[in-house]
Amino acid sequence: MSLRIDNVTKKFGDHIAVDNLQLEIPEKGLFGFLGGNGAGKTTTFRMILGLLDPTSGEITWNGQKIDYGKSHLIGYLPEERGLYPKLKVKDQLVYLGRLRGMRKSDIEAEMEYWLDRFEIPHYANKKVEELSKGNQQKIQFISAVIHRPSLLILDEPFSGLDPINVEMLKEAVIDLADDGTTIVFSSHQMEHVEEMCENICILRAGKTVVKGNLAKIKQSFGKKNLNIYGDMPFDSLKTMPGVLRYQEVVGGCKLQIENESVSQEILKSLSGKGFLRRFELEEPTLNDIFIEKVGERYE
Amino acid sequence: MNKFFIVLGHTFFTRLKSKSFLFSTAFILLLLTLFANIDTIVHYFMGDDEGKIAVIDETDELYPVLEKALADLDDRLTLEKFDASEEKGKEAVQSGEYDGLLVISYDEAHFPKAVFYENDAVESWNQMTIEQQLQQIKVALATERSGIDEQTLSAIYEPVQFEKVALDETAKTDEELNAARGIVYIMLFVLYMAVIIYGQMIATDVATEKSSRVMEILISSASPITHLFAKIIGIACLGITQMLIIFMYAIWLFKTKGSELADALIEEFGFSVENLALFIYALIFFILGYLLYATIAAMLGSLVSRVEDVQQLTMPLIFLVMIAFFIAMFGLAAPDAKFITITSYIPFFTPMIMFLRIGMLEIPAWEIGLSITVLIATIILFAWLSARIYRGGVLMYGPSRSLKDMKQAFLLTKKEN
Repeated sequence: MSLRIDNVTKKFGDHIAVDNLQLEIPEKGLFGFLGGNGAGKTTTFRMILGLLDPTSGEITWNGQKIDYGKSHLIGYLPEERGLYPKLKVKDQLVYLGRLRGMRKSDIEAEMEYWLDRFEIPHYANKKVEELSKGNQQKIQFISAVIHRPSLLILDEPFSGLDPINVEMLKEAVIDLADDGTTIVFSSHQMEHVEEMCENICILRAGKTVVKGNLAKIKQSFGKKNLNIYGDMPFDSLKTMPGVLRYQEVVGGCKLQIENESVSQEILKSLSGKGFLRRFELEEPTLNDIFIEKVGERYE
Repeated sequence: MNKFFIVLGHTFFTRLKSKSFLFSTAFILLLLTLFANIDTIVHYFMGDDEGKIAVIDETDELYPVLEKALADLDDRLTLEKFDASEEKGKEAVQSGEYDGLLVISYDEAHFPKAVFYENDAVESWNQMTIEQQLQQIKVALATERSGIDEQTLSAIYEPVQFEKVALDETAKTDEELNAARGIVYIMLFVLYMAVIIYGQMIATDVATEKSSRVMEILISSASPITHLFAKIIGIACLGITQMLIIFMYAIWLFKTKGSELADALIEEFGFSVENLALFIYALIFFILGYLLYATIAAMLGSLVSRVEDVQQLTMPLIFLVMIAFFIAMFGLAAPDAKFITITSYIPFFTPMIMFLRIGMLEIPAWEIGLSITVLIATIILFAWLSARIYRGGVLMYGPSRSLKDMKQAFLLTKKEN
């Protein structure tokens, strides 16, 4: 019971957009797709939805191919806004909901719930083009979830939103995941993925760079971050073995170190040199992993 | 199938409620109303032309004759005998007392001649009427003087009896030909308008959905082919609705007005039950023609990224219909020309030209069958092609409007191994 992407490759002419992608996205919960521009995220989503056929490989949902007979189980929020600009919000949602196999009365009930939740019930009879970008995105989100899909695909759901709206949408996404929806979403904002996803996959130029459980990925990454604040010179740390990155900040420095044990060496070397205010060892951020994994291929 | 009707209904009702549909329908109804009331309108505007004409009769004979002739003809024009001099008469016209001054006299051959004075030099209705009547009086005088009686005169003017008999018994009679010509005209016109208006509508609709990117959501819920045909049929229903409204209104207008015009039209175009077969052919060819052009329009619509580009890309399609239209016009005059026979098999022209041939000539059934088969095959081919390009084109953005893009869109949906 999961979404399986089995050895999927997609070529556009000579260009390989997705290269031999092998993924198993577990049912329920959030799965994060990370990657720079052109990494193949949107192409992968389009193949999952059946908008594009893979050049080779197979994608299955619960062991079956996804076709139009299952469209009521699937919700999709595309990267770009995809709404009729001249249609009223209500008519729009009713139409899209009916296409996902819903009855009009059910749509209206769901719509009311979501519009209230997003604090925009008064927009039901407005044309989409009259709405702000953030509110359009909310409508777009409602159109993707109104039929309570079991598989929800969100392509850059938080881009172009102010922090308040981001929080509002995030909460909705997390609630849906708690209710048992399998959610696959992409973002290039690391914090969102880091905060929300249990499992992730980082793509670069169509290839998987890292995939799996986020906590495990962090653990196995090995490198740690060390933040030190105090009244002493830190210059000597720059050249210490095991220190990979050194960055001076006001009243202290930030380091990346090879592994945990290096931190103890540093602590020893600093003792007695002055007043140590703060000394903290941190897990690597997803950003560190991403830059390292995606960046190193550029070299 | 359910989704097909949802898309169809959506296309139909959104368009039906749109301002452009309401305005265009209202505009056509207004035109019809004007057309049906043309007599009243003409009368209203010509009312100003009502005239009182002063007549100086130097012959002392012709005034009563002319007055009687005019009284029978036109109640708007009144003559009044003017007994003063010509100069006084002219002054009276200039002062506006009369609308014109007519001076009748005899020429050397003792035939009536006249001078007509009016304030302006524009050829007026009054002038023409009087001139015609005088001409008739002259003819009457001349025949009377040369001793020709009424009967002989009418015998002279009667047109020669000339009848054409087609030896081939299956050939169409004159009435049938007239009827066919009438239906062909209407069919040509309606198909031409339908392709231009509704074809454009389909292309615009598709382009709007594409440019607003809602297409991506639509085709993730319903298959492109369902979507494509639901749209085409939806617009067709809209067209039928619009035409029905217009036809019903026209019939009602003509019924209540009891206009001679309507009777004349019906007679001219030979609408009768005898032509039922031809009507059925008209329907078949209309539907097929619409489907062919609509499919291509949808394909073209899915290639543009901006609604503004639709016009440009659908241009060739409109040219194609125009060419078909002109060939058909030529074909009405010479339906048995080789050129017409050949073009009647070219699918883009079949709906118009083959129909024209069926109406005007005796075409063996296999020819009709063959052309319809070719047409249907072409529609299927284009439908398949359109669905592919539609699906690919939808995911392709950028300033696309060339054959290369069509190929790219096509390849986008191709499975490469």
